[in-house]
Amino acid sequence: MWARILTLVIKEFLALLKDKRSRIVIIVPPLAQLIVFGYAATFDLNRAPFAVYDEDGGAAARALVARFQGSSHFQRVATLRRESQVRPLLDDRNALLVIHIPRHFEADLLAGRGAPVQVLLDGRNSNTAMLALNYSREIVEQFNQHWSAEHGLPPPPARLEMRAWFNPNLESRWFIISGIVGLLTLVVTMLVTSLSVAREREQGTFDQLLVTPLRPVEILIGKALPGLVIGTLEASIIIVLAVVWFGVPLRGDLVTLYTGLVLFLLSGIGVGLMISSLAVTLQQGLLGAFLFMVPAIILSGFATPIANMPALVQDITYINPARYFMTVLRGVFLEGTSFQVLIPQFWPMLVIGLVALTLAGWLFRHRMY
Amino acid sequence: MSGADRAARGGGRMRLRGLMRKEALQILRDPSSLAIAFVMPVVLLLLFGYGVSLDAKHVPIALVVEQPSAASADFTASFRRSPYFAPVRMASLPAAERALLAGQVNGIVHLRADFETRLEGPGQAPIQVIVNGVDANTAGIVKGYVQGVWSNWLQRRAEAAGRELVSPARLEPRVWFNPDMRSRDYLVPGLVVVIMTLIGAMLTALVMAREWERGTLEALMVTPVTIREILLGKLVPYFVLGMGSMALSVAMAVWLFDVPLRGSFAVLAATSALFLLVALGMGLLISVIAKNQFVAGMIALVATFLPAFILSGFIFDINSMPGAIQVLTHVVAARYFVAILQTLFLAGDVWGVILPNAAALVVMAAIFLGLSRRKSRKRLE
Repeated sequence: MWARILTLVIKEFLALLKDKRSRIVIIVPPLAQLIVFGYAATFDLNRAPFAVYDEDGGAAARALVARFQGSSHFQRVATLRRESQVRPLLDDRNALLVIHIPRHFEADLLAGRGAPVQVLLDGRNSNTAMLALNYSREIVEQFNQHWSAEHGLPPPPARLEMRAWFNPNLESRWFIISGIVGLLTLVVTMLVTSLSVAREREQGTFDQLLVTPLRPVEILIGKALPGLVIGTLEASIIIVLAVVWFGVPLRGDLVTLYTGLVLFLLSGIGVGLMISSLAVTLQQGLLGAFLFMVPAIILSGFATPIANMPALVQDITYINPARYFMTVLRGVFLEGTSFQVLIPQFWPMLVIGLVALTLAGWLFRHRMY
Repeated sequence: MSGADRAARGGGRMRLRGLMRKEALQILRDPSSLAIAFVMPVVLLLLFGYGVSLDAKHVPIALVVEQPSAASADFTASFRRSPYFAPVRMASLPAAERALLAGQVNGIVHLRADFETRLEGPGQAPIQVIVNGVDANTAGIVKGYVQGVWSNWLQRRAEAAGRELVSPARLEPRVWFNPDMRSRDYLVPGLVVVIMTLIGAMLTALVMAREWERGTLEALMVTPVTIREILLGKLVPYFVLGMGSMALSVAMAVWLFDVPLRGSFAVLAATSALFLLVALGMGLLISVIAKNQFVAGMIALVATFLPAFILSGFIFDINSMPGAIQVLTHVVAARYFVAILQTLFLAGDVWGVILPNAAALVVMAAIFLGLSRRKSRKRLE
């Protein structure tokens, strides 16, 4: 039995790696994408362009503007003289925000009347606008503290002491990169598995495979092993790059990480083979791969938290293996979560994998057209 | 024009019609193309339109009050009133920390035993706030919410005491285009772009490769059909199909998700047609280069979805990326269409945004279609 499986595995590897273009597609893009996406995918606000419309022009106004300019989150791109200049600037996206300091700003400050500072934001990307607003609040808050201290005003009776665990500077990069490890692993698995049976079906060689002494279980193992091997190898390279190149901390242990990885690969391969054996043509296989991969990624909690989704969609995410793997990745990388704590994430992936693989094996024989 | 010329052109038109008819029949008889064009946008938009949101509401947060008092009750009541928080009372800080580690709460607000005495006395009473920084974006938003609750509470407290709380400078934010900051309003137009990239590329990614693989292209080569006619014959039916799914997506965005459409319909239709040409051109180029459905399918899997998702500005702001990556985003066609659609939906016909991005799309369409034309010759290898 094993000799038969081995020959099939060798044949599968040859089919994948013998063609130079398919070899390149499997290896190069995932690694290149890790590097590019690792830098690109960030929720941090860096050098957001802002403009100043200062009608006051006094020392206090200049001090406030200087605080904005000193922040790495903002970059001053324009100075406005008239109100009419605001609209085109924001409309054309040349500035994300305009800080408008009205006349009498300093006089209001000195009189203790509560001097207004207007911030006009481009809300087309509401997340960026929200970040910019929060940073502006912080800057004005610091300005107020400084001003109160200088002018002997009483501070507010209570103060907030904020701390963020695991990630004191709230850099989104680590969170995103640990998620990208999951994304690319999924893409590689789908690449290797989702088209493999569909291709044989379209070319008619799958019928030949079915009349060989190979049993469906053996075909299943033969088709699944290349995905497991290639997926594990590429994921390992990606993990090493994440740690060495991007400096993402790996606080947990490797056994936990690889348990999660193998189970995730198993479920991904299962779904991929299931799609592939359902498809009669390559086009259908490709459609199926996208129809699984795209929702799996968007509903995994990679970019937008699952907690923000409506209850029904949250329930749907329970059948998404990527959801569990994201939790494992972030837990192991950033929080050092232990094996026991992650067991509730492990077994659903195992169940999804086994069910999908069984279905795929069953479809081998029963999906004839 | 000579009679022979006219006859040749008439023949060309007839040949083109024949090719388009064949392609249309192929589309109609294999359900997967129609599924790509009409089922995929509906399923994906429904899932994402409802599922993708960056607005954190009812964030679970642990409240630890060591010594209940009038002041602490007043403060915690502010959290209960806020729509952004779902506070949970916890007996001790270690219990709250365990809940934070287990992911049951996203943050802890801790009031020490001496909160009330220090509040009434000189100096400032500290309020300890701990957030889980693993999801930095959510943590930052939660910090902002806590700050809002805190400053409202200070304000009300001062008013209740008959004093006026004077903070020296007061921030008055005004958010244009999306005053409620609904993240769905900018995510849905972006999703339409991602979905159209997928549809455009997937529809055409396999068509030329399929003909190569099955040998039917060789059969076409012995006919008088020119390569331009073959490509056009492929492009036109899929273009019609793609415009149909674009119309469907826009209708869903406007009527189902209540995203405002402030720009004009004509500009939307024109830029959509332009983008669809780019997406179809990309698929066609993949197909022509790969000449093999398997490889073409793999390239389509790798080259379309993730770049459109991450590098287009759909969810991650391009301005915050490092300079080199910002340059790289210029080769991602989705980037231009995301800018156009976000502006058309939320701001209106702002020519300063639409014209440069549309120009970029024209250039990309020309490059993709031109390359496809050059790479596909009527020759055997």
